[in-house]
Amino acid sequence: MSENLLDKVTSESGQAIALCYQCRKCSAGCPMVEEFDFPPNMVMRMVQLGMKDELLKSKAIWMCVSCETCGSRCPNEIRIAPVMDALRAQCLNEGITPADPVTVALHTSFIESIKTFGRVHEATMLMTYKWKSKNFTSDLDVGLKLFLKGKIPIMPKKSKNMAKIKEIFQEAGK
Amino acid sequence: MEKKLGVFICWCGSNIASSVDVDKAVAEAKKLDGVVHAENYMYMCSDPGQQKVKDTISEKGLDGVVVACCSPRMHENTFRKAAGSVGLNSYLLEIANIREQCSWVHQNNKPLATAKAVSIIEGTLDKVKENLPLETITIDLTKRVCVVGGGIAGIMSALDLANAGYEVAIIEKEPAIGGHMAQISQTFPFFQNVPQLLQKKIEEVNANPRIKLYLNSEVDVLEGYVGNFNVTIRTQPAFVDPAKCTACGKCLEVCPVSVADEFNRGLSRRGAIFRYNQTEAARIPVLMQSDCLYFSAAEVADATSCRACADICPEQAIDLDSIRTLNDEFVGAIVMATGYDLYSPLKMPEYGAGQLPDVIDALAFERLLDPSGPTGGQVVRPSDGRVPKHVVFIQCVGSRDPERHKAYCSRACCMYTAKQARLYRQQVKDGTAYISYMDIRSDSRGFEEFVQQGMEQENLVYIRGRVAKVIAEGDYLRVFTADTLSSRQMEIEADLVVLAMAMEPKAGTRELAKKMNVTIDGDAFLSETHIKLYPVESSTKGVYLAGCGQSPKDITDTVSQALATAGKIQLMFSNETLIADPLIAEVKSDVCSGCGICIEICPYGARLMNNFTRISDVNQAVCQGCGACIAACPNKACELINSTSRQFIRMIGDFAGKAEAV
Repeated sequence: MSENLLDKVTSESGQAIALCYQCRKCSAGCPMVEEFDFPPNMVMRMVQLGMKDELLKSKAIWMCVSCETCGSRCPNEIRIAPVMDALRAQCLNEGITPADPVTVALHTSFIESIKTFGRVHEATMLMTYKWKSKNFTSDLDVGLKLFLKGKIPIMPKKSKNMAKIKEIFQEAGK
Repeated sequence: MEKKLGVFICWCGSNIASSVDVDKAVAEAKKLDGVVHAENYMYMCSDPGQQKVKDTISEKGLDGVVVACCSPRMHENTFRKAAGSVGLNSYLLEIANIREQCSWVHQNNKPLATAKAVSIIEGTLDKVKENLPLETITIDLTKRVCVVGGGIAGIMSALDLANAGYEVAIIEKEPAIGGHMAQISQTFPFFQNVPQLLQKKIEEVNANPRIKLYLNSEVDVLEGYVGNFNVTIRTQPAFVDPAKCTACGKCLEVCPVSVADEFNRGLSRRGAIFRYNQTEAARIPVLMQSDCLYFSAAEVADATSCRACADICPEQAIDLDSIRTLNDEFVGAIVMATGYDLYSPLKMPEYGAGQLPDVIDALAFERLLDPSGPTGGQVVRPSDGRVPKHVVFIQCVGSRDPERHKAYCSRACCMYTAKQARLYRQQVKDGTAYISYMDIRSDSRGFEEFVQQGMEQENLVYIRGRVAKVIAEGDYLRVFTADTLSSRQMEIEADLVVLAMAMEPKAGTRELAKKMNVTIDGDAFLSETHIKLYPVESSTKGVYLAGCGQSPKDITDTVSQALATAGKIQLMFSNETLIADPLIAEVKSDVCSGCGICIEICPYGARLMNNFTRISDVNQAVCQGCGACIAACPNKACELINSTSRQFIRMIGDFAGKAEAV
């Protein structure tokens, strides 16, 4: 029983998670639910009940693709995607090994690319991702097609206003 | 002289006419003995239909009428009024029910239905032949009221009645009025300050010259009947003279006794002489005889009597030798506002109440929330004064448990628990409030929103399931429960557990109800006459019900019901006398042997033995004409006026004869 996980996640996500009354509309419509170890409604319940360890070690918080289907349907106007974000942040901040490191590798590669160039540079981002995930062979066929069509430029283009980008990251890091 | 009888057969549109041949019925009726007029009409209850009845009575000088139509419950009154308006005694008109008891149940057999209708008409004619012309009974009316119970129900009822100009006596068992409401901190759904709301009403009561308060008092005996009750009130001795007492408080300091304070639900202690509560009205101390050493010493021969309080009182306001008093109040109506107790938590040993100091009931939690309460409004643990960080509120404790406790829902607990949990979270920002519930019943205006706001603003954690047990484990309480929403067992480490105990009728309600001749249900709640249409009338005429003594309810509903009783009584008092139906029991004095069986059997207390004649009399004001005494009388000495055995045997003969013919 952790000290007020509900209060913490509520304030970080800005969502009134306590309102969830388990109608399960979110889980019924979730396109990713088959990949989840706990369906979204259960994630809400676990936050309410303060089941921090199980939640932060769960696969569910990493499998959400933030499509917002649940949030747009919830009768209590709870947007689950920001709740998942808050839980992910807490997982990483507390140094807990994520249940799905590959997803984390993709997220961090994406963010690093933006941090460096001000926008995504697919080639370097993919290389970082492949390195981090140690998964070199997946998606090679699609990648090759995209490369041949010129969708994965070799040379990066930096944003014109890198100072602003730096500012944004500094702000977000606070 | 034989009566001239008229028969009026109604078609009721096609309701009767489609299965009873109304023309044939008229023809048959005309052949019957004494009938000088018979006719049918499409709607006899319509204005032209009633006019036909009236005109015929006048033209043909009828002295007995049978209207064959629907149930007498529908239009007996209509037709009797019509007959009365043209000078026929209305008790000489009877209804023959040929709709509910004939046409509707014999829709596929017109000849049979017609024959049955004729025999019903014939039987009713035979009854009318022997009906006596009767006059309504008038009963004296005393326009004063006695209110039993000085909680918010009694207060509100008394205030309305007093403001309407009637004298009211409030009988309160405790040393102060206010009832359980005085223990409560704030209301739902608007967090209003209860002591302020209540204090205003108590002041209105005290300032009203028409209201007389009997504190420390109970009903000793009730005699009489509607309009004419005599209530004997037993008042415990007032050891402290309020005229002399200056409320200096010296007596409170010297009393050597220390017992748990009931008003604070055991969260504080008091002496045998103490202030009942924190309200202004209770500033004069009261002395509890059962706790006082002066009285217990009287039972032990060589003990020295304690007179510490009486000796120190600078005003000599304390007289330990006061005696209890009896007073009579003569009133026309009574309001039973007897209220509730919380079901004892000791009956739930699995939750540890009584053994674990940090398991408390909901009223105790109210005392913790009250700024003038034992902790100054701070929510702390009774055991060590620490601020609880995890509080588990358990709903439906003793309620909705038909096998072991109470089958009913106590109605107010869902809402007051939400309120208590919200107030706790508003006070203890880093605390967690868990609410164990079965369903959330928030079925009144603003209630559902209130619960929702609790979840949204105070992050209340609702856990659906019943708590299995609570045990002490080191410094905290371990609460074993299940969360049926996520289908898992749960254990919560709690600092404080609050039990929303079932509400039950105030102790002694059963005995009081017997004294007042008011029926109770299986749980000893006072029963109303009809749950929909007569919700504040008890089984005894002139005795009305308000508040939780009738069923568990919140303050809003209690006040509504209390004001309804006041309205009903004002309606009764709008007449100078009471009028009763004369269709009641009578006794043949030459046959009655004075055995008294009728007195035992009468559900209304209308039969009384006349000590002079040794014959059982009928109290005309109280008798409802139910017929129980008639059936019970071994000598056939009782008869119901205009429904005599002779009339009924003739009617049965008519029906039986016709049945043979068909």
